[in-house]
Amino acid sequence: MLENRRFVIIGFIALVGLMYLLRLFYLQVLDESYSIESSSNSIKRVIEIPFRGQIYDRTGKLIVYNTPVYDLLVTPYKARVDDTLRFCQVLGIERHDFDSLMAAASAYSRVKPSLFLRQLSKEDFASIQDVMVDYSGFEFAKSSLRTYTAPTLANTLGYVSEITKSQLEKQEETYYRQSDYIGQSGVEKIYENELRGKRGTKFVMQNVAGVYKGPWKNGELDTMAVAGENLYSGIDLEVQQYADSLMVNKVGSVVAIEPKTGRIIAIVSAPTYDPNILASRYFSKNFAALARNPYKPLFNRPVMASYRPGSTFKLIQALIGLQEGVITPGSGFTHANCPMHCHNHPATGTVALGVMHSCNPYFYNVFRRIIYKNNIKNTFRASAVGLDNWHDRISKFGIGQRLGIDLPSEYKGNLPNKKYYDRFYGEYRWKFSNIYSLSIGEGELLITPLKMANVAAIIANRGYFYTPHVIHGIGDKKSVNPDYLIRHDTGVESHNFDPVIEGMVGAVEGGTARRSRVEGITIAGKTGTSQNKRGDDSSIFIAFAPVDDPKIAIAVFVEYAGAGGSAAAPIANLVVEKFLARKITNKALEERMLKADFMSKVILPGVKKPATADSTKKKPVTPAKPVVNKPVAINN
Amino acid sequence: MAENKPITKNVDWVVVLIYIACLGIGWVNIFAAVYNPEVHTSMFDLSNNAGKQLMWIGTAALLVVCILVIDYKFYETFSFIIYAIIILLLIMVLFAGSNINGSRSWIKIGAFSLQPAEFSKLAVSLAISKYLSDPAISLSRKLKDYYPILGIIALPAFLILLSNETGSMLVFASFAIVLYREGMPGFIPAIGMVMAALLIITLLFVKWYIAAAIIVIAGLVIWLMPVMTRRRGGLWATIIVAFVMIGIVFGVDFFMNNVLQKHQRGRIMVLLDPDSDPRGIGWNVIQSKIAIGSGGFLGKGFLQGTQTKFDFVPEQSTDFIFCTVGEEHGFAGTAVVVILFISLISRLVILAERQRSRFARVYGYCVAGIIFFHFMVNVGMTIGLMPVIGIPLPFFSYGGSSLWSFSILLFIFLKIDAQRPFTLSRG
Repeated sequence: MLENRRFVIIGFIALVGLMYLLRLFYLQVLDESYSIESSSNSIKRVIEIPFRGQIYDRTGKLIVYNTPVYDLLVTPYKARVDDTLRFCQVLGIERHDFDSLMAAASAYSRVKPSLFLRQLSKEDFASIQDVMVDYSGFEFAKSSLRTYTAPTLANTLGYVSEITKSQLEKQEETYYRQSDYIGQSGVEKIYENELRGKRGTKFVMQNVAGVYKGPWKNGELDTMAVAGENLYSGIDLEVQQYADSLMVNKVGSVVAIEPKTGRIIAIVSAPTYDPNILASRYFSKNFAALARNPYKPLFNRPVMASYRPGSTFKLIQALIGLQEGVITPGSGFTHANCPMHCHNHPATGTVALGVMHSCNPYFYNVFRRIIYKNNIKNTFRASAVGLDNWHDRISKFGIGQRLGIDLPSEYKGNLPNKKYYDRFYGEYRWKFSNIYSLSIGEGELLITPLKMANVAAIIANRGYFYTPHVIHGIGDKKSVNPDYLIRHDTGVESHNFDPVIEGMVGAVEGGTARRSRVEGITIAGKTGTSQNKRGDDSSIFIAFAPVDDPKIAIAVFVEYAGAGGSAAAPIANLVVEKFLARKITNKALEERMLKADFMSKVILPGVKKPATADSTKKKPVTPAKPVVNKPVAINN
Repeated sequence: MAENKPITKNVDWVVVLIYIACLGIGWVNIFAAVYNPEVHTSMFDLSNNAGKQLMWIGTAALLVVCILVIDYKFYETFSFIIYAIIILLLIMVLFAGSNINGSRSWIKIGAFSLQPAEFSKLAVSLAISKYLSDPAISLSRKLKDYYPILGIIALPAFLILLSNETGSMLVFASFAIVLYREGMPGFIPAIGMVMAALLIITLLFVKWYIAAAIIVIAGLVIWLMPVMTRRRGGLWATIIVAFVMIGIVFGVDFFMNNVLQKHQRGRIMVLLDPDSDPRGIGWNVIQSKIAIGSGGFLGKGFLQGTQTKFDFVPEQSTDFIFCTVGEEHGFAGTAVVVILFISLISRLVILAERQRSRFARVYGYCVAGIIFFHFMVNVGMTIGLMPVIGIPLPFFSYGGSSLWSFSILLFIFLKIDAQRPFTLSRG
């Protein structure tokens, strides 16, 4: 009987075996979730951030590059610091810094490396590298900082900083992760996709404590990081810096364009700051200081500031008048029957003379003829039709719309049309007498310095322009954005430019800008004075040179500097000479412009009357020299 | 006569081959478990567990040779003496033992440590076999015949408990199989299983529901029994059984909170719900299930296991060696191991049944039972079917004591079995 119990026993053993086989089959073959958990346990994705692309100027000089910096990492359980005093001396930190950094690192993880000191320069790295051999548990990790060859072009280049929370949420395809860096303004923002390069991904294995244990599958699935594409700009760094120096203690802009291509040679937004201060680990502190500055150094004036163009606009009026056939090169007007005042000047019997002497009544009459060119009897209706016609003509110069420069936040400006005035007065309830201030670039017109520089380029080209752009080549192939190769025609015939250019040459040689004429270079220019209700007028000057074969078109805006001839014209002509001749002949003028301080005349919002020069005199933001040897506790 | 015949002719080669296969697979997996991808260690390097295990395998082979050479009657004759020596060692270790992992159960000899508790299985097996070899002893009729057996088991069990090796103590439960085979009434193991089932059910469900269910079942039994068996007296027995079961249900709390230690309680709770303490006691169960589960059908490949390699699974070369098999060789590997064990155990049962002496049969069942218990608990715990009890997987787990004790245990039986044609039946 009892022998039969062996069947029960073997049956039980077999049952357990079968149960286990079924369980194993379920765990290993049917249930996939364990494979995923295993991967997330031990396989970690490490992202390798490539170097951002570099930016070059027109002569091949580097403007922006990357400096390798070194982060010092500590793995607390390995760290052995026997003589803390010497260690602190070497790193230039205090004892209590050391303690708090170590405590923070230990709190994060005893076995994983934590950031101890960040962004040590190459020099600091070199000086402490040897000493660090004595201390175990410390290692260096390479990272990089955006570095600028010269303290210039801050707003144009923009800055790179940690991605913000809202940017993180808004990104269309998930690319950035928290604490990633991203171009926040200027070229860095517009060309972010080109500059950032391709991130590398490495799969590494880690053990239960999170300690690195080598590549996974021998790195088969890893991708290499590819450095960002270099950008080639038309900026002439030397001219740019010269223009910068002329704009010290002034508020305003300089924009210089190569007329034949639309490439920007120099673009100054004054006051400016050293871009290096926003590429340091003191970013937030420095950024806050810039944002608080009442002169708004972060405001990119060439593309964002708007002014009334003043007399510079007369050039366009003359061109439209000629093209419309309402005047001929020989047309003359007197001051009679004009509600506008003018200064004393010789008679303006031709278009050239009108431009040269910037005669207000002359252009009042030109504009009047343009508006009333249609022979509609009702002046209200005639004005409406005439204005829209005029508006369409002017639009072709890029006014009242975005040009499409490769800089963010370009301001559209304002070019009024019928609809615009209808809103104020009602349809057919306004006529020429309500809008005649447009004739001399006042009234409801708003333009940016960039647009005026573009107007100068149009005149230099006798009728067409290429969209102004900072970057004309991307990557090794120097590929070009096709938009920047499209020639935009203004619809004004080339011969109509002759009298206008003649007048502009006259303005520089013996007219409103005669005091800043340059020996040996024929410059065609036009001054402008943008009325400013708050204080002194803004000084405006647009020009191009040489007249026969224009190489540079320029617009200079200096706020609170008075008439166009007083500040803008000299600065523009100095920059032109610097670009064309690489030297300055009129040293006295240069000296005067370098020293000129129009910033003290600026009336800041909230300040009732012009304050004394001393109290509002603003020092340019001095770049805080990054002190590397200061510890920064990090939150991981 | 028997002594002239070479042992190689009569030894059961099936068992020997399975034994060798287990040692080989075990050793390769120990190497995989301790393998460090940064330092390319050799399989033969004595400084790691794989190298040491090879040494243990070598010495075990020597022991096997000795066992096969020694006369088969030696084991039966000296059963109680071997038992006495082991008991002495167990007492000694309490006073002179080295403390490893909180249990005071190791005797240090140079760089190596031996665990007398591992050898107590052998001693108890021999002693029980010897005792039961007396044909007058009947487990099916006389209750007093159980007392010596309980004594034989209780003495080492108590000593092992004192040295904090609960796992090794629980192995004595495996003798239930032998006792069942030798006549213990079937209701005793049945009661044991019902108790275990009740324990788990109680921890999973509300006690009053279980009590109600038991009463309902008892009622059904009482109602149906006269119809089925037409027997009287079953009424009171059923009522008593039902009340005892309800008593157990409510006694479980007391048992859990007052009898079990905190970590033992935790292990049972984790068995029911591993996520109740994923970073603590549940960690071992979760990680070992991940390791085995991530192996898939064919595994990640030799030395490619990430779970075991990077220490996610604890005790990977000893108690959790099965995880390495599962992760690196997948279901194919684990199935082979399970089938090897089931074949080995079944073969041992078959061999035991063909013994002519009762001593040999009982001893054979002891060996089969012990190996089965180890297999069931060890593999069961890695796949979440058993609570975590720290006992090794025979022939696989790293460790000299366990390898030696299992080899001795097994080959004594093989030696006895080899002499079978020449022994006369006495029981």
